[in-house]
Amino acid sequence: MSTATPASPAVPAPRPHPSRRRSLYRGDPGMWSWVLHRITGAAIFFFLLVHVLDTALVRVSPQAYNEVINTYKTPIVGLMEMGLVAAVLYHALNGIRVILIDFWQHGPKYQRLMLWIVIGVWLAVMIPALGVLGMHMAERFL
Amino acid sequence: MTEAWTPHHREGRLAPVQEKEHDRPASLDHPRAPRRPRGIPYFEKYAWLFMRFSGVALVFLALGHLFIGLIWDNGVYRIDFNYVAERWASPSGRSGTWPCCGWRWCTAPTACAPSSATTRKNVTKFYLNSLLLLVTGFTVVLGTYVLVTFDASIS
Repeated sequence: MSTATPASPAVPAPRPHPSRRRSLYRGDPGMWSWVLHRITGAAIFFFLLVHVLDTALVRVSPQAYNEVINTYKTPIVGLMEMGLVAAVLYHALNGIRVILIDFWQHGPKYQRLMLWIVIGVWLAVMIPALGVLGMHMAERFL
Repeated sequence: MTEAWTPHHREGRLAPVQEKEHDRPASLDHPRAPRRPRGIPYFEKYAWLFMRFSGVALVFLALGHLFIGLIWDNGVYRIDFNYVAERWASPSGRSGTWPCCGWRWCTAPTACAPSSATTRKNVTKFYLNSLLLLVTGFTVVLGTYVLVTFDASIS
């Protein structure tokens, strides 16, 4: 059984490509800020899991705790600590932006401006923070 | 839309919301049939409020903790058992840690459960939420135990 119907001029052919959907949200910087918020949130979640477990070693013995804490004092983990500062700082600043979007009456109107402010403050704090973290590492490893 | 377009309209019942349509496949409810409420009532709303209010506090607690742990003085390189023992010597030294851990860990399921409810299949959702709750519960209990029973003279 065939369900095909003969081409009829009265029925318009389907458009070859669906026209680009106009969306208030998709592709907006606000969408990418949400993506970053999720990624940094998940990363912080897994770090915190590890961090509670390593701190729990103070109940085992001082030696066990010191041994594990020493892995935090290596160059590669030092770079990961920089990443952690970056992730927590972004998550905190963008979290304030989300709170303002939800609770401040003009929040949605200024959401994009607030994202630029978040990025600006993030850079302004990250540069000196990376400087200090780098100095600690240089002192230790160079 | 004056003509009768569903059996309910043909039979003169205007709001076919509560019923099943018996001329539809038995497995399909009416699209607008109300679902039986499941789970904790208003969970998503309170999760939403919780994340925002605790978030304000956590901005200061978490950034302060990172500053003390990684940047101040000699950063992470000064941290060892003695450092923790000194900081946790008084109850007030521990008081910052518990809300930080506790709030943070309550945020995980409240943040993730509602969004998984809308994006995942029921079975996947069940196992992911169970895993999340299990990990969260374990960590909160372990962290609280460690904080409450900490003993600086342990060898």
